[in-house]
Amino acid sequence: MSDQLVDARGLSCPQPVIMSRDAVKKLESGGSVEVLVDTVTSRDNVRRAVENMECTVEIQEVGDEFRVMIKK
Amino acid sequence: MKRFWSSPWGIVSAGLFVGVFAPLLQKWGNPGNMGICVACFERDIAGALGLHRAAVVQYLRPEIMGFVFGALIAAYAFKEFKPRVGSAPIVRFVLGFFAMIGALVFLGCPWRALLRLAAGDLNAALGLLGLAAGIGIGVVFMRMGYSLGRSYRTYTAVGWILPVIMILLLVLRVLEFSFTEGGPIFFSAEGPGVMYAPWVISLAVGMGIGFLAQRTRFCTMGAFRDLMLIRDPHLFWGILSFAGAALVTNLLLGQFNLGFEGQPVAHTNHLWNFGGMVLAGLAFALAGGCPGRQIFMSGEGDGDAAIFVIGMIVGAGFAHNFGLASSTTGPGPWGPAAVIVGLAVCVLFGLTMRQRMD
Repeated sequence: MSDQLVDARGLSCPQPVIMSRDAVKKLESGGSVEVLVDTVTSRDNVRRAVENMECTVEIQEVGDEFRVMIKK
Repeated sequence: MKRFWSSPWGIVSAGLFVGVFAPLLQKWGNPGNMGICVACFERDIAGALGLHRAAVVQYLRPEIMGFVFGALIAAYAFKEFKPRVGSAPIVRFVLGFFAMIGALVFLGCPWRALLRLAAGDLNAALGLLGLAAGIGIGVVFMRMGYSLGRSYRTYTAVGWILPVIMILLLVLRVLEFSFTEGGPIFFSAEGPGVMYAPWVISLAVGMGIGFLAQRTRFCTMGAFRDLMLIRDPHLFWGILSFAGAALVTNLLLGQFNLGFEGQPVAHTNHLWNFGGMVLAGLAFALAGGCPGRQIFMSGEGDGDAAIFVIGMIVGAGFAHNFGLASSTTGPGPWGPAAVIVGLAVCVLFGLTMRQRMD
């Protein structure tokens, strides 16, 4: 279970990235956030953005959407 | 292979392709320093349809159609065709409208600004500075929570509307169809509108660019935006490789001419070269993509991007009908006023369309 859930489905860039970064900034070490996106572009953008913030990223495909699990 | 497209090598490859083929399109017939210009070409399409009657800029540019088809093919090939609509389309129409007006005051979209600079046209430096400034204003609004809201999946047929429109335009171009004596479809007899590469080549290059740009998410606005917003240079590598390749290609083709004066389809009014692109940059930022990106997204089935493209085409019609567009002698009579109105509208959008701060 993640500390936070960010629903960025249907939002166009740069919003998924902005929302993910804001959520990660609020995290303490060991915390996690789950970001929902529904395009490959958003998935890749979010992954690249948070990998630069020293987080681990795991991606699950759920139908047409993606769950990006981020851990600090 | 899939990770290649999203890697720096992927986007650099896309930039190299555009940077080599855009100057080549010019060599093969397109106007000066206008191997590719999304704004100018959409304006030419508007003219061909009679939305404006500036006789020197009327031609159905196959590059634009190629962009849509290439992106469509790439999207289907990689299962990324996702018909979606619903994110404040009327706002996106207005943004496209004003983006075109800003671009026509400068006489180029961001792609053309880079191509002009890579051909030695120093006026384009003012344009690029303006572009960055406009995007910077957009970044401020983004940080303040600006959002047009989400879009929703919709019927496949909806995602096909713009591609089908482009197919029709291509057919009309190939047949050189005339609906009425002296009437549309208009084909310029002189001026930039009569300068074009063979349509098969324009289409093929356009499709190649559309494919690569869709795969790599190439976006000239995003390049600046991501540097400013999140210090991510990924998209910027794409435009650096684009500009670098274009510079080398222009030098090899003898298309490089350094200076401010006498540049093709350009004017030297520094203030409005800058100002026009501030408006364009801000509008692109608020709409989430440069005009090329909006076309590629339309090819992916994005109906909101398609409305932006249509807004640009309509804006081009207005620009020439109302004396908003610039010429080689400088801004049109109402161009500067239109830029100021457009900036005010975009700022209003940025301030009033914000999510609640949680």
